[in-house]
Amino acid sequence: MHEIEGFVEPAALAPSVKLTGIGKSFGAHRVLDDVSMDLFPGEVHVLAGENGAGKSTLIKILAGIHTDYDGMVMVGGKPTRFNNPHDASHSGISVIHQEMSLVESMSVAENIFLGHEPSRGPLLDRSQLTRRAFDLCAQLDLAFTAADLDRNVEEFSLAIKNRIEIAKALSLDARVIVMDEPTSALNSTEVERLFVLIESLRARGCAIVYISHKMEEIYRIADRITVLRDGRLVGTAPRAGCPQPVLLRWMIGRDLDGFAPPRAAPPESAVPALSVKDFTVPPSSPGRPPRVHKASFTVRAGEIVGLAGLQGSGASELLQGLFGAYGPVCEGTVSLAGNAACKPASPHDAIARGVALLTGDRKGTGLILDLSVQDNLTLAALPRLSDHGLVDKKRERNIAVKNVSDFGIRVHSIEQPVSALSGGNQQKVVLAKWMNTGPRVLLMEEPTRGIDIGAKHEIYEMINEWTARGVAILMLSTEMPEVLRLCDRILVMHRGEITAGFSRAEADPEKILAVAMGASTV
Amino acid sequence: MKLFLSSCFSKPWVRALFALVLIFAVGCIFNADGAFGRWSTHRDMLRQVSVYGILACGMTLVIITGGIDLAVGSVLGFSAVLFAMLSIHLGLPLLAVLPIVLGAGVACGLVSGTLVTRWRFQPFVATLSMMVFARGLAKWLSGGQKISSAVQQPDGSYSYVDLPPIFDWLDARLLGGNISAVTLVFIGCLVITWFVLCKLRYGRYLYATGGNEAAARLSGVPTVGARLLAYGMGGFFSAVAGICQTVQERQGDPESGVSYELTAIAIAVIGGNSLTGGRGGIGLTLMGALTIGYLEKILSINAVPESGRLMLTGVIIIAAVLLQRRKEA
Ligand SMILES: Nc1ncnc2c1ncn2[C@@H]1O[C@H](COP(=O)(O)OP(=O)(O)OP(=O)(O)O)[C@@H](O)[C@H]1O
Ligand SMILES: [Mg+2]
Repeated sequence: MHEIEGFVEPAALAPSVKLTGIGKSFGAHRVLDDVSMDLFPGEVHVLAGENGAGKSTLIKILAGIHTDYDGMVMVGGKPTRFNNPHDASHSGISVIHQEMSLVESMSVAENIFLGHEPSRGPLLDRSQLTRRAFDLCAQLDLAFTAADLDRNVEEFSLAIKNRIEIAKALSLDARVIVMDEPTSALNSTEVERLFVLIESLRARGCAIVYISHKMEEIYRIADRITVLRDGRLVGTAPRAGCPQPVLLRWMIGRDLDGFAPPRAAPPESAVPALSVKDFTVPPSSPGRPPRVHKASFTVRAGEIVGLAGLQGSGASELLQGLFGAYGPVCEGTVSLAGNAACKPASPHDAIARGVALLTGDRKGTGLILDLSVQDNLTLAALPRLSDHGLVDKKRERNIAVKNVSDFGIRVHSIEQPVSALSGGNQQKVVLAKWMNTGPRVLLMEEPTRGIDIGAKHEIYEMINEWTARGVAILMLSTEMPEVLRLCDRILVMHRGEITAGFSRAEADPEKILAVAMGASTV
Repeated sequence: MKLFLSSCFSKPWVRALFALVLIFAVGCIFNADGAFGRWSTHRDMLRQVSVYGILACGMTLVIITGGIDLAVGSVLGFSAVLFAMLSIHLGLPLLAVLPIVLGAGVACGLVSGTLVTRWRFQPFVATLSMMVFARGLAKWLSGGQKISSAVQQPDGSYSYVDLPPIFDWLDARLLGGNISAVTLVFIGCLVITWFVLCKLRYGRYLYATGGNEAAARLSGVPTVGARLLAYGMGGFFSAVAGICQTVQERQGDPESGVSYELTAIAIAVIGGNSLTGGRGGIGLTLMGALTIGYLEKILSINAVPESGRLMLTGVIIIAAVLLQRRKEA
């Protein structure tokens, strides 16, 4: 374990929470061993480590989700053992999990107060519920009307849901707030807002545990950093005592060798792999503007085109529409590899034509959590892996084994349910699943969501190989450095229309953001 | 050791087997003066559980897609009547009767399946209406009478016709009298279900649809087709069960199969198939069927009165499901 010289713990304060010697096994697999960590009021404590290092597991112990563990949890100086999440939240510990944990079919207000509803005797106090939810949302800059508070959570975007989760944490008057990769689907403005909020929580004396794979974020907000590797504690250090090279060495166990070289753009003469003309996705309910309005563009073989746009810009809907996820309701023409124009009719058709869509929400639409890692990896490619409707088990297994080693997926066995994988490893499964379909056109939303920094660069290298083979990529990412690094061109969308295009040389984050927010000229 | 045990117990089939072994052990203790030691007891248990087991095969497929099929008992009754009328009264050859009866069963299943997929009915509601409808169909077709070898003449008197040979084949004991023919039919149904679930691409689609329909659809899984297959097969197995029931009762009774759907669901659930879909398998259903079969048999050879039997069965279902519950989500 590394001790940093000269670091004085904020000794004047007693730790809000102290974890000592925490260990946890799933079956025969030890995933945490002898981990200790303390949290002081008013500090932002970053928890870092590779995918599968045990960060989320540690947090779930603190949140009362895993109750069967070794070691001791002390809250406010008293040894405590939580039997369920309810206990933990009543001790002032509130967790925003990596995978959203709101009840989609309940209203915003009900979600915020779920488990501690304001009540008068046995009766729910509706007016107080709405009033207090309203106050909390106002604190968070969520401009909700009373009607919005009554709408179901499923109607809101991921960024809004993220803030609703924070509102829920605040409603408990939490002393410790844990955020497990809260920014993995937020754009830069939304991240800024979150940081302002974290600042104010810190000023109020909350202890904040922040898990992230994004270096910029870590170095902006961390007071102290704790690193886990393979379930063991590597060390804890104040931010100044842990510069990035040290942090990377702690996380990976060696120095990170050179990053993949940026790719060369495909020649102008490359054939178009995807040509879209006047593509329109009708509104979800009549009377609204169309979700995508007359989008026209081409993506050449071997080219990566990025889509930029704020929530509701239609970028995600454009990808879904091209994949046939809305059924045959879209207008306009789409042609693949110069073939005759066709209309995207269904995902099944799209896959058969060599189009793949990696969605941004891996739990909701990317994976089947109950199925095994192997079944998930091969699900979309089953027609290629079967003969007269019979699955070729041997080929299937070989492919899954190869995926696991190619993508560096950390699993105990490929028969394991995919739900038992860490978040980043689940994301690698989704990527591998789509590559197994042999796509010529790859549509992606947040392709590296939750993937650690080392693995991310391996994936960038793989993307280079795919494009070298002529795969065309159309992607959407809220992570600007990733977009600028990968994409040859960037199309910006605003209110359902493509409003500007930038080449890699012209692109710069401020210009893109300005257009995305609706500026007409740059 | 503790570790080994706990990792074993995280597998559903180990827990299902544990429940079965437990029940078996109870049988060895309360063996009704050695009756439990005789093969004939086990043979009869297998015969009695076969019709329920055949229904449970279809139920397993439907449950894996995240649905439920309440209509299996009624479709059994309808198929029983149809089979008896065609084969006894009309005297049609078996080669004509079987496709008609099995086809009618499949059709009932497909109607439920269409209600669920195209019109987005909840499976509970869709199959509840099919349950009522098919029972009505059975009664209308039979005129409320049991269809047997006694045929009523226009003048009110009865004449008797011969039962076709299938009644003797299927009601026979084979392999030196050691196993009933219906049990072999049950085994055949298990094999078909296993083949669909484990070998066919569509089997995987059933799990995927039940596990997460949105993700499955976006992976190119024909979720509508998968659901239709499950309900269609459910109807098919109900018709098979209806034929077996008719043969054993030697008549087609429009009232047969009432509440059998509940036993079929109990078998699937005791085996450890998850009612939320996406998880389960035919091996679990087999163990569930044997558990229920032995339970009934042990209670009956020990002459436990029916009231006690029902209460005990209820308690044991709860116990088995508690045993099945996964410890950590
Ligand atoms: N329910 C479970 N059953 C079995 N193994 C599990 C379960 N949950 C987690 N694990 C294992 O524990 C290890 C740590 O997982 P954890 O989710 O804590 O990683 P993480 O550090 O949060 O990674 P990521 O950055 O990818 O989110 C992984 O190897 C994972 O496979
Ligand atoms: Mg995690």
